[in-house]
Amino acid sequence: MSVLVGFDPVLWGAWRRRDWGGVALRVLVYLLLVSGGFVFALPALWMLSTALKPLSEVNTLPPVWIPTRIEWANFTEPFQEIPFARFYQNTLVITLVSVFGMLLSCTPVAYAFARLRFRGRNVLFVLVLATVMLPEHATLVPMYVFFANLGWINTILPLTVPRFFAVDGFVVFLMRQFFLTLPSELDDACKIDGGSHWIFLTRILVPLSMPMYGVIFILYFVGYWNDFFYPLVFLNNMENYTVALGLRLFQTRYFVETNTMMAMALLASLPTIALFFIAQRAFIQGIVLTGVRR
Amino acid sequence: MTTTVDRLPQPAQRRRLSLRAREELAAYLLISPWIIGFLIFVAGGLLFNFGLSFFQTDLLSSAKFVGLNNYRQLLTDDRLFWQAVRVTSIYTFATVPLQTLLGLGVALLLNQKVWGIGFWRTLFYLPSVVSGVAVGMIWLWFYHPDLGLFNLLLGQLGIEGPRWLVSQRWALPSLIFMNVWGIGTIMLIFLAGLQGIQREYYEAARIDGANNRQQFWAITIPMLSPHIFYNVVLGIISSYQVFTSSFVMTEGGPNNATLTLVLFLYSRAFLMARFGYAAAIAWILFLIILVLTVFLLRSSRGTVFYEGREG
Repeated sequence: MSVLVGFDPVLWGAWRRRDWGGVALRVLVYLLLVSGGFVFALPALWMLSTALKPLSEVNTLPPVWIPTRIEWANFTEPFQEIPFARFYQNTLVITLVSVFGMLLSCTPVAYAFARLRFRGRNVLFVLVLATVMLPEHATLVPMYVFFANLGWINTILPLTVPRFFAVDGFVVFLMRQFFLTLPSELDDACKIDGGSHWIFLTRILVPLSMPMYGVIFILYFVGYWNDFFYPLVFLNNMENYTVALGLRLFQTRYFVETNTMMAMALLASLPTIALFFIAQRAFIQGIVLTGVRR
Repeated sequence: MTTTVDRLPQPAQRRRLSLRAREELAAYLLISPWIIGFLIFVAGGLLFNFGLSFFQTDLLSSAKFVGLNNYRQLLTDDRLFWQAVRVTSIYTFATVPLQTLLGLGVALLLNQKVWGIGFWRTLFYLPSVVSGVAVGMIWLWFYHPDLGLFNLLLGQLGIEGPRWLVSQRWALPSLIFMNVWGIGTIMLIFLAGLQGIQREYYEAARIDGANNRQQFWAITIPMLSPHIFYNVVLGIISSYQVFTSSFVMTEGGPNNATLTLVLFLYSRAFLMARFGYAAAIAWILFLIILVLTVFLLRSSRGTVFYEGREG
């Protein structure tokens, strides 16, 4: 038993002290973690299980959780009918350009709000915060009219160009909060050496803020990759579809070929799941560091 | 002597002023992308939307000014509009408390120093990184009346399960229940909050003889109140704009039981080409959210505790 208890110092301590209440509480924490973790992972587990199944094991009663053999064709066959690779490429371009534009445009704005003094700074910053609360659908119709007049419908421009104008108030806020935590002596040192704002920003502030950039990158990569509404509105031509839109094309045959459909759903989610798995540790620490707080 | 003393600060002052002016100029230059973006995409968009709501237009033929007709029709004639308001409000006021409580619970659990903490955090965050369309399709199977997981489990208990998404009564609760899985961001914000609470508070409370429950209500909850407030406000704003799950899973049905406001707006604008009407819906959606947000901001005074040394 002591071996089992050894991996958790708190449990071990309670055990040594014969503090049975403490032991029970600790065991309860693990029980909740295991059962809750299972419940939260269940949809993804089912997606994985179905994606690997042959058709004969789909929609059986009782359901088959572990396929008897792995049907790799689920992952290749749909590509012959639907240009899923194309969707992948489209999504990757839109996502990366969007994230890049957002980081690029929000950085100088956040820097000015954090480090420089200028008239109207407080009023303008309140406006930035107010945009966080603005429901984005309130401007959907005018944006559509605007982009339609520019001839931008069915291109990636409506989905990417606005990102270059620092319109995400939440990102500006997060960056400003982080910049404020860096000591102001840095500014003075740079100024004495004759550095401009641009040099200070690119050579000192941004390199020091990499944990924060990492967090924002992951958060918004996932968000843009999974975005469904804006591609649905602005992209009507199948050539230009994103992965999220393309998935819908499988839906008509859903209850017939659930396995291929889930294989595509898995492929659609793989980049975000992988990104999160790889960067999980840095991400959680970065969140804590950045202090998503108000 | 006196004159020298009087004059001395002058050049320095002039130089400081010009430095100041240069700093201001640089600042405006740096924030200029935001100013342009704000004027076009936010202020311009809202104003244009307001103007558009007084017109009847399909964007192809010329627009016709109809005054307040769109609003009159929405508020007095359109049964579906009120259905959408009702559905969205029920959705919001069920989802936000559920998500907030569960998010807090999970964050408290994941804030423990346990073995394999990174693994557990990833597991609970997992549903939040999966694409909404994929999530919708997975849950379509869970909810399938005959083949789905839920009715299978209920059947083994000898209960005949409801018809979930195809039942007018159960469709909306099904969507609400499903969205409880997507608490990743809420959980992260609570987790960040919990890690920001200084250990000294708990130590002091323990010395004074406070038990776990007393510590929770006297330290944890007050210190987390800004995060609770943030999650509730942002939760309400995003829940009022729910779209993907009902669009993918039920298309607003059965019999409009899951018709949300944005789905309604989307169908009027992009399926029926009634852009003026859709602009009026958007404006009302904006007002609903604005009123709720202002109400929450006002009622939060005195109940939300902000630590003095907030960085």
